[in-house]
Amino acid sequence: MMTVQDFWSLSPEISMALLALVVVAVDLVTRSMAKVSAIALVGLIAPLVLTLNLWFGWFGDPAAGPALFGTVEADRFSLFFNFLLITVTAGTVLASTRYIASDRMKDYGGEFVALVLFSVTGMMLLVSATELITIYVALELTALPVVALAAIHRTRQAVESGTKFFVLSAISSAILLYGFAYIYGFTGSTNLEVIMERLSVLPTQAGVPFGSYAVLLAVIMIVAGFGFKMAVVPFQMWVPDVYEGAPTPVAAFLSVASKSAAFAVVMRIMYTAFGEPGLMQDWSGLFAVLAAVSMTVGNLLAISQSNIKRLLGYSTIAQAGYILVGLASVPANQVGATFAGAGAQGALYYLAGYAFTNLAVFFAVIAITSRTGDDSIEGMNGLIKRSPLLASLLVFGLLSLLGMPPTVGFMAKVVVFGSALNANLAWLAVIGVVNTVIAAYYYLRVIRAIVFEDPADTSPIKGDVPVLVATCVAAVGAGVLGFAPFMVLEFAESALSILPG
Amino acid sequence: MFDGLLSITVFMPAAVAVLVALFARGEKADQQIRWIAIGATVVTFVLTVLIFVGYDRAEGGVQMVDYFERWIPVDALRSSYIMGVDGLSAPLVLLTGILGMAASFASWRIKTRVREYFLWLLLLETAVLGVFLSLDLLLFFIFFEFELIPMYMLIAIWGSGRPRYSAMKFVLFTLAGGALMLVGILALYVTPGVNTLAMVTIPELGITGIPELIAAADLVIPAALIFGFFFVAFAIKLPLWPVHSWLPDAHTDAPTAVSVMLAGVLLKMAGYGLLRINLGFFQETKGFTIHDVAGPMAILAAVSVIYGGIITVRQTDMKRLIAYSSVSHMGFVLLGIAAIGASKADTSAGGLNGAALQMFTHGTITGLAFLMVGLSYDRTHTRHIPHLGGLWKKMPLIAIFFLIAGFGSLGLPALSGFVAEIMVFLGTFSVWPWATGVAAFGVVLAAGYTLWMVQRVFFGARPANPGLSDEIYDGLEDASWVDMVPVIALAAPIFIIGVWPSVITEVFDIGIQAVLR
Repeated sequence: MMTVQDFWSLSPEISMALLALVVVAVDLVTRSMAKVSAIALVGLIAPLVLTLNLWFGWFGDPAAGPALFGTVEADRFSLFFNFLLITVTAGTVLASTRYIASDRMKDYGGEFVALVLFSVTGMMLLVSATELITIYVALELTALPVVALAAIHRTRQAVESGTKFFVLSAISSAILLYGFAYIYGFTGSTNLEVIMERLSVLPTQAGVPFGSYAVLLAVIMIVAGFGFKMAVVPFQMWVPDVYEGAPTPVAAFLSVASKSAAFAVVMRIMYTAFGEPGLMQDWSGLFAVLAAVSMTVGNLLAISQSNIKRLLGYSTIAQAGYILVGLASVPANQVGATFAGAGAQGALYYLAGYAFTNLAVFFAVIAITSRTGDDSIEGMNGLIKRSPLLASLLVFGLLSLLGMPPTVGFMAKVVVFGSALNANLAWLAVIGVVNTVIAAYYYLRVIRAIVFEDPADTSPIKGDVPVLVATCVAAVGAGVLGFAPFMVLEFAESALSILPG
Repeated sequence: MFDGLLSITVFMPAAVAVLVALFARGEKADQQIRWIAIGATVVTFVLTVLIFVGYDRAEGGVQMVDYFERWIPVDALRSSYIMGVDGLSAPLVLLTGILGMAASFASWRIKTRVREYFLWLLLLETAVLGVFLSLDLLLFFIFFEFELIPMYMLIAIWGSGRPRYSAMKFVLFTLAGGALMLVGILALYVTPGVNTLAMVTIPELGITGIPELIAAADLVIPAALIFGFFFVAFAIKLPLWPVHSWLPDAHTDAPTAVSVMLAGVLLKMAGYGLLRINLGFFQETKGFTIHDVAGPMAILAAVSVIYGGIITVRQTDMKRLIAYSSVSHMGFVLLGIAAIGASKADTSAGGLNGAALQMFTHGTITGLAFLMVGLSYDRTHTRHIPHLGGLWKKMPLIAIFFLIAGFGSLGLPALSGFVAEIMVFLGTFSVWPWATGVAAFGVVLAAGYTLWMVQRVFFGARPANPGLSDEIYDGLEDASWVDMVPVIALAAPIFIIGVWPSVITEVFDIGIQAVLR
C-alpha cells in the first residue's frame, strides 16, 4: 500500500514521468515543436521544485526515510543527483528545440522529448534506488529510451548506433544481473543495507579480496555492468560509434546524464553494500586500476580522431577515468570513522563541473555543426572569425575539459588528485597528471583550429537562439563552479553524509 | 573578514575584459574599446597606488585581507580564498599598476582584432595582480598559470616573426615548471602537520601559515626536492641560465606592450615566488635549509649575469638585445637572494632588499627600454642595429628616453638601477665575495652593450647601404603625446627611486624582515 510519504519521496520521479506523458499527449494535438519544447521546459520546473522541496523542506518536513517498502529513498544523495539530472535535461531539451523542429525530425519531435524525459525518470529512480531489483528495473528504463533516441534518424548509421547500444546495453545488464544474483545468493537479500550487515557477519577467507571469491566475482560483475554506462575502459567500445551515429543532442545527454546516474548508483552500492572498511580498500584498488586505464586509453585514442564527435566520445571516456580517481580515493586512515570520503566529494564536484562543461562543449558543437553540416575538426577552422561567441564558449569548455586553471576542470582535477594523494594513491595521481598533459595535445589541436587556422568558408555562423542560450547557461554554470567550488562541495558533503561507510 | 579593496583591484580588469567582449565590431567600437581599456588600467593604477600608500608601514604584517575560509572545503585539499598585501607584495602591485597602464597606452596603435587584444591584455593584468596578492598556494598557482592563456594569445596572434613558435615555447617552458610547482604544493599540503595552503601567518584571523608549520613537520618527500620543484619553476620564469631560452624568442616576437608586461612584471612573479616561497618556507625545515644551497645559488646567479651579458653584446636585434640583458639583470635578483648566506648568522638583509628593489627597478627600466624599441620600430620598421643610425636628429625625444633607459640599465648613479645593484653588491659581497666580484663584471658588460647600441642606433652616421631608405628616414616623426604617456609613467619612477630609494625599500624591508622572521 503506497502511503502519502511514499508519494512525497517519489514526487520528483512521478512528476517527471507525468511530464513525459503530457508531452506525448500534447504532441498528438499540436504540430508545433516549439510548443512541445516550451511545455517540456516549463514542466521541468515541477520536478525541480519538488526536488528542492525535499532537500530544503519548503512544504513541510522533508524527513523521508525509505519509501515503497524500502526500495527507494529520497535522501540527499539522490536529491543531489536529481537536481543535476533535471538541470541537464533542461539544457538538452533547450538545445534540441530547433533540432526537433527540423525537417527530418518534425514527425518524431514529441517522441524525442518524451523519450528523453522517460530516460531521465529512469535515471532519477536509479539514483534513489536502495535495492538491487529496483536498481535493475530503473536501469532498463534508463537504457531503452536511449536506444530509440540513438536510432531516431533511421539512417543506416543511426540504426547501427542504436543497435550497438541496445546489444551492449543488454549484455551489460545480463552481467550486472548475474552479479546481483551472486550477491543475493550469498546474503539472501537485495536490500543494500541488509547486504552490508550480512556481509559483515559472514565468515571470510583470509587473503581473498572481499573476503570470498563469490563476493569478488559479484563486485567485478557489478562494476563491469555499470562500466558500460559509466563508459570506462574496457567497457567503452560503444561510445565513439554511438556518439558519432546518434543525434548530437542525444550524445550530449548520454555523455552527461547517463554517466552521472551510473556513477551515482555505483557510489551508492559501493558505499552502502560494500561499505565495510576492509571491503572499501578492496574496491578502491579495483577502481584505481579502472581509472588509470580509462584515462590513458581514452586520451591516447582521442589523439588520432578527426571527427569532433568521436574525439569528444573518447574525451568522455578519459573524463570518466578522472572521476573514478575520486571514487578510488578512500583514505585508509579515515575509513570507519565518520564519512570523510573527500575522494567521493571530489568525484561529485568533478561530475557537476564536468556536466556543465561537457554540455557547453556539446551544445556549441550542435550550434556549429547544425549550420555547417561538417563534423570534422577542420570544420572548426577559423571559427573565431565566423562566430566569436560560439568559438569563445567552445574554447572555454575545451580548456576546462583539459584542466586549465582557473576553470572548473582544473579545480576538480586538483581536488580528485589531491584526494588520491591523501589516500596513498600517489601513483594514480601521477598517471592522472601525465594524462592531463596527453589530453592537452588533442584539446589544443581543436583550439588551434578554432583560433588560428583560416576558415575555408568565411561566412558568419549564426547559432539558433535556444542553443546559444543553453550553451551560455552551461558555460556560465561551469565558470561559476570553477570560481566557487564550495557551492558544490558543501552540497556534496551533505549529500554524502547519508551514506554509511 | 573582507576588506574588498584587493579583490576589487584584482578582478576589475577582468570584469572590464568581459564588458569589452560584449562590444560590437567596427572602427568606432574599436576606438571606444581602446578608451575603456585605458580607463580600466588607469583606475587599476589608482587602486594600486591606494594599496601601496594605504599599507600601514608602522603596523607591518599582512593587511587589507580578504578571507573566505571555505573556498574548497574538502579534507583532501582545504583551500581558502586569501588575498592580502604585505611589504613584499605592495611595491610589486604598484609596479603592476604602472606597467599595466603603460601597456594599454602603448597598445594604442594595435589595429587588428582590437577587441580581443584588449580583452587578453586586461585578463593578463588580473592574473599578475592575483599572483602578487594571493596568499593561498592554490590560488597563487591558479593565477600563476592563468597568465599563460592571455600571454599565448597575445604573442601568437599579435606577434611578429615566428609568433606561434615563440608563444608555444613560452607556454611549454612555463607549464613544465608549473607542473613541478603543483607537485610541490600538493606535497606540502599532504604532509601531516602542515595540511594547509596558507602562505603566511595572519594571527588576527587565526591563520597559521606554512612557514611556521613546516619546521616541525616530516615532509612526505624530502624538503630539498620540494624546494627544487619551486626553484625550477621560478628559475624558468625569472629566467636563469640554462632555462632562459624561451625568453629571447617570446620577447622578440611579442608586440611592444606585451614585451613591456613580460619583462616588467611577469618575470617578477618568479622573483617574488623565490622570496616568498623558496626563502620564506625553507629556512629551517627538517634535513634541509636554503642556507645549504645559497652558495650554488650565488654561483648560478653569477653565471647567469655573465652569460646573459656576453650573449647580449653579440645581439644585432634591438629587442633581442634587451631581452638577453634581462637574463643578466634578473641574475642580480638571485644573487641578492643568495645573500641569505650559508648560515643564519651570515644573512645580509641588505642583499635581499637589493634583490627586491632590483625587481622593481628592472621592471620600470626594461619596460621603458622595450617601449622605446617599440616606438622606434613603429617608425623605422626595422630593429636590425647595423641598418640604423643617426636617428637622434629625427627623433630626439625617443633618443633621450632610450638613453635614460640605457643609463638606468647600466647603473648610472642617481637612477634607480644603480641603487638596486649597489645594494645587491654591498649586501652579497660580505657573504659571497667571489661570486659577487665576478657578477660585478655584468655591469661593465651592461655599460658596453647598452652604450654601444644607443651609439649605433641614434648617433653616428646613417649606414649607406643597406640601411633605411631616404624615404623612410625623411618621414620619421618623433613620439606623439599618446606615445609619451607610458614613457613618462615608466621614466618617472626611475628618477624618483634613484634619488629617494627609501620610498620603496622601506616597504620591501618590512616584507623581507617578515619573511626572514
